[in-house]
Amino acid sequence: MRELLLCPPDYYGIEYEINPWMSVARAADTPAAQEQWQHLHATLSQLNCKVHLIAPQPRLPDMVFTANAGLTVGRKFIPSNFRHKERAGEQPFFAKWMEQHGYEVNWLPEKLYFEGEGDALFGGDVLFCGYKFRSDIQSHRALAEMLGSLAVSVELVDPRFYHLDTCFCPLPDGGAFWFPDAFDEYGQRAIREHLTDLIDVAPEEAMHFSCNAVVIEEDIVLPQGAPQLVNKLQERGYRCYQLPMTEFIKAGGACKCLTMFMPQRQALE
Amino acid sequence: MFSETIELRGHIIDSLILPKVLDQILTHGANFKIGEIKIGQKRADQSFARIEVSAQTSDALDDLILRLRQHGAEVAERRDAQLAPAPADGVFPPEFYVMTNQQTFVRVDGKEIEVRPTMMDTAIAVDRKKRAARAVKFFDVRKGDEIVVGHQGVRVVPVQRATSRTDVFQFINTIVDADEPKSAIIRELAEELRRVRKAKSKIAVVAGPAIVRTGAGQHLVRLIEAGYVDRLFAGNPFASYDVERALFGTSLGISLDLAFARGGRENLMRAVNAIRAAGGIVAAVEKNVLTNGILHACVRNNVDIVLVGSIRDEGSIPGATTDAIEGQKVLREKLADVTHALLLATIRHSLAVASMLAPTVKIVCVDIDASAVERVVEQQPLQSIGMITDVEPFLLELADCLADSRSRE
Repeated sequence: MRELLLCPPDYYGIEYEINPWMSVARAADTPAAQEQWQHLHATLSQLNCKVHLIAPQPRLPDMVFTANAGLTVGRKFIPSNFRHKERAGEQPFFAKWMEQHGYEVNWLPEKLYFEGEGDALFGGDVLFCGYKFRSDIQSHRALAEMLGSLAVSVELVDPRFYHLDTCFCPLPDGGAFWFPDAFDEYGQRAIREHLTDLIDVAPEEAMHFSCNAVVIEEDIVLPQGAPQLVNKLQERGYRCYQLPMTEFIKAGGACKCLTMFMPQRQALE
Repeated sequence: MFSETIELRGHIIDSLILPKVLDQILTHGANFKIGEIKIGQKRADQSFARIEVSAQTSDALDDLILRLRQHGAEVAERRDAQLAPAPADGVFPPEFYVMTNQQTFVRVDGKEIEVRPTMMDTAIAVDRKKRAARAVKFFDVRKGDEIVVGHQGVRVVPVQRATSRTDVFQFINTIVDADEPKSAIIRELAEELRRVRKAKSKIAVVAGPAIVRTGAGQHLVRLIEAGYVDRLFAGNPFASYDVERALFGTSLGISLDLAFARGGRENLMRAVNAIRAAGGIVAAVEKNVLTNGILHACVRNNVDIVLVGSIRDEGSIPGATTDAIEGQKVLREKLADVTHALLLATIRHSLAVASMLAPTVKIVCVDIDASAVERVVEQQPLQSIGMITDVEPFLLELADCLADSRSRE
């Protein structure tokens, strides 16, 4: 059974601007955000998985986006080194929580920025890693060494899709759905060379954070607003759960950003 | 060219980071040379590449390296040049680096600076405050000057042979022997000199006394009058013979027409005396004392005359530099902007000039002595033509090609 880590949105709000989606002038509606998060929590809880909760902390509004806490593989947890100081305070809470839950915490060198599962997603045995806006490419090399895996680094070129999980979502059948324009030409080619069955997401649907989806075997939990993508996924036999995520999209996040896998995959042989 | 060595590590093949970095280098107008590459054998093995990146300017290189860093490129650690103080005026520290006539860079405080000027057989003095490096001769160095020692942190960029064969210097190389045909090459050379004159680049002629003695002076005069000489470098004998020929029709007493001596060395001494009495070459032309010959043509056509004397000179023509060190300085200064040099029938002067030329200067060396030509061409192996021949037929043919098709006399 998959295990997930979520953080209740008690202190969630738009208090600073660190990506093109955020505007302090366009505040999140707190009751609506609470309701959307509860909806996500309830949906995930009824799937074949166990949901853990970490206690939210005041003055860390983005702690709700647990995908950026770090990357968990097997019993190893690699905490993030956040690029923005606004989020750096989250790191000790996540590391402590994971350690208390029996994970071996492996630190990256401090000077390397890395934003966890937000920029590191396994597609089969290959760890796809996004770089430029948030994570440094050098962190990928360190990750690959720690995990003994192949890390394919792809450059993100559209600031609206600043994390890999905002434009790329691997599927358990070996394929993935993605928004190709978020990558440079080399990144697109590298992804195409390693994954054969790719579903392109239309720009208007990508803008609804459709790629920011939680995939648990045949079940896919994704934001509302991507009917074409949902059709394609359903044709392949996936069950789709389309949730309202508007209040979190205001901060540049949705279903996947609000969820971290524990672990994302088992340790590589 | 400015260059920096970068290293890439990781899954640079699977991620296409290596081709991306190489493409970016080229699209930014820079070049690369892969020094080392190790490709991982197993899936999770990481790869490694060491790449030398070179760009036209230091700023362009910095800008490019900054971009490449984003893709994981790390600048390979390079060590600074080692410096030691000069122990006394005119003395370099032991193990000082001896510069060649190739473009040279030294790394000081982590940054490469170009050594200026490029000069053979010099040491390199570094001024950290001004971030400057200059080539210094023995007489230039002062006690305490910081001089580069050893080879660490020194990079030499040899002149590359052009891949496109656009001029005579690219398809003829090195030496044309005495028994080989020369007309075609002289015609090509004439074409090149036409281009040079059109581009307003500077042509220097280094002239030996044999030009006067063989009677080739008239052809050189035609080249001067047609505007193919910007600067004339010579020694005292050349100048003396030329004025003797102009004043008495002889050189060292030998008449061009009568082919035997009449008056011997007397004429030479009287000619030099006449120029000295007139107050120098320019004054002698102005006072109508000197009315023909090569130097006369130079004065009339505003060609800079650079005369440097030697130990054998009896009494030099006024204006000739007689101090050897001073002479070197004058030569270097007057050669700084020259792009083409014709070194004609003088080994001593030709060698001195060739050793002071930047490696990009194209030279033609003409001498009847094969070993003299070889020694000169050796100094400029990628940009020179040597011709083993009497200078008279060479100048005759070149002047015929370039000066208004005057008939042979």
